[in-house]
Amino acid sequence: MSVTTESLGSRSHGDRVRGTAFYVLLLVSVTIGFLLLGVLLVDVIRKGIGYVDPTLLNEPNSSDPNKAGAGPAIRGTIYMMILLLVMVVPIGVGTALYLEEYANRERWYNRLLEINIQNLAAVPSIVYGILGLAFLVRGIGLGRVLLAGALILTLLVLPTVIVASREAIRAVPDSIRQGAYALGATQWQVVWRQVLPASIPGIATGSILALARAIGETAPLLLVGALTYVAVNPTLLGSYTALPVQIYQWIARPQEEFRVLAAAGIIVLLVILLTMNAFAIWLRNRYQRRW
Amino acid sequence: MVMSDMESAPAAPARIAGVDEKILAERAREAASTRRDVLFDVSRLTVSYADVPALKGVSLEIYKNFVTAFIGPSGCGKSTFIRCFNRMNDLIPSANVDGTILYHGIDLYGPEVDSVEVRKRIGMVFQKPNPFPKSIYDNVAFGPRVLGWKKDLDARVERALRHAALWDEVKNRLKASAYSLSGGQQQRLCIARCLAVEPDVLLMDEPASALDPISTTAIEDLMHELKREYTIVIVTHNMQQAARVADMTAFFSVEVDEEQDRRTGVLVEYDATPTIFTNPGDKRTEDYVTGRFG
Repeated sequence: MSVTTESLGSRSHGDRVRGTAFYVLLLVSVTIGFLLLGVLLVDVIRKGIGYVDPTLLNEPNSSDPNKAGAGPAIRGTIYMMILLLVMVVPIGVGTALYLEEYANRERWYNRLLEINIQNLAAVPSIVYGILGLAFLVRGIGLGRVLLAGALILTLLVLPTVIVASREAIRAVPDSIRQGAYALGATQWQVVWRQVLPASIPGIATGSILALARAIGETAPLLLVGALTYVAVNPTLLGSYTALPVQIYQWIARPQEEFRVLAAAGIIVLLVILLTMNAFAIWLRNRYQRRW
Repeated sequence: MVMSDMESAPAAPARIAGVDEKILAERAREAASTRRDVLFDVSRLTVSYADVPALKGVSLEIYKNFVTAFIGPSGCGKSTFIRCFNRMNDLIPSANVDGTILYHGIDLYGPEVDSVEVRKRIGMVFQKPNPFPKSIYDNVAFGPRVLGWKKDLDARVERALRHAALWDEVKNRLKASAYSLSGGQQQRLCIARCLAVEPDVLLMDEPASALDPISTTAIEDLMHELKREYTIVIVTHNMQQAARVADMTAFFSVEVDEEQDRRTGVLVEYDATPTIFTNPGDKRTEDYVTGRFG
């Protein structure tokens, strides 16, 4: 075949059109995502920024929109995050370590466990709320308290934390384990001194992202009693409210002022979420390992 | 496997290109002047993965303070074999080892033997350098720490690094990441890591195959030094390397079962290195060392 300018320059017309069309489609998808997020942000900030003040951050809710704040709700959300962290990370990392390092895949119960966890990640959050209401609030009589809310959110994000931790553990190359075993380390020492430290950045990143998802959840908390009017600071076994629930309640009010207040609440929630995500990204870049 | 007498090893010209006759002659002299104390006595060893044998019926003896090389084409089971000596195959659930390996007269696969205890005494260096994602110091200190040797850790780390001929290159940056070292340095670090737990035996699975020629020479020189105190077993696909470093050489080959489409490794010949390279007793060995096969 002789090479001429024409033979090098001729690609079929249809091929070129398809290529361009695909590229345009990709651009449109990206634009839609960015645009929607942008519009939402701009709208919320324009409406609510004027209400983000010490009153919002400290005062309890009130029937007077000018006096109403989200203090107990913000603190409720922060306490819940801490409780969540304390409960979900040990259980999630423990499960992930068992599945990755100890479980024999040949055994049926281990495979069942794995399928179960994957399915749990897909269960709608309202279902967890119903479970919490039936089992925690009424079943064992915990009542509509902060601990019940935290427990339900723990269940909700546990599968996500397990999956993220497993990814991080799996990313530790086998050569590291073999090197440690070859020096006479026991399985416990290999896991505790090599695998776990090497996978901590990945586990932390995954856990923070899961946590960020949890604190935005409203539906399950409505069922396990995040009350909409709480004047006092939340305690472990006392009534409580959370930021997304507070926002939801304000939006449902007929007065325009409360909707603006809701926008201000959304800004606070977004700031918390974005801070957590930024921290996760920083953590990932800071401790990124090259094997 | 009859051991030929060193003195009668013929001075026939080396049949493979690149292997210096002088080196072989030196090997023969060395081996003749060293006593042969049996350290490992392997008999009828068969290793299977998921009931498919990868290596069949291997019997040989490994001598104390010798360098013993396993050579052979890919898939002949030499890596599988070396991993039997420190029970690394235990980590693969489908692997099954039959036969016996006596170490100081004790069966390594006996019911009362703990694989962790075995690995404390029989160290291993892998094909690809595998430093831990920690500092140089912590890499070497890992073994002693695991064993609970907390006294004089600094001295122990220094001794191991000196032994591995790495001390002068790293003494000023012990806290630096092990990944900041070159490939050859990393491999010497892995050797130092093994030496820090004061093992009896060093197993090396193609330790220089991922390294440049200068680093390879450094590792080979190191083996000459180390064999005074340790027994070294090395897998290599580089025949020149085997000729340069090994006192004894075992040649493995592949037996192909066409009917079942199985390839099984077998030990063809085991003898003093000069004999394997100049006067092999088996046609297959001769074909391999002269480059006609593999």
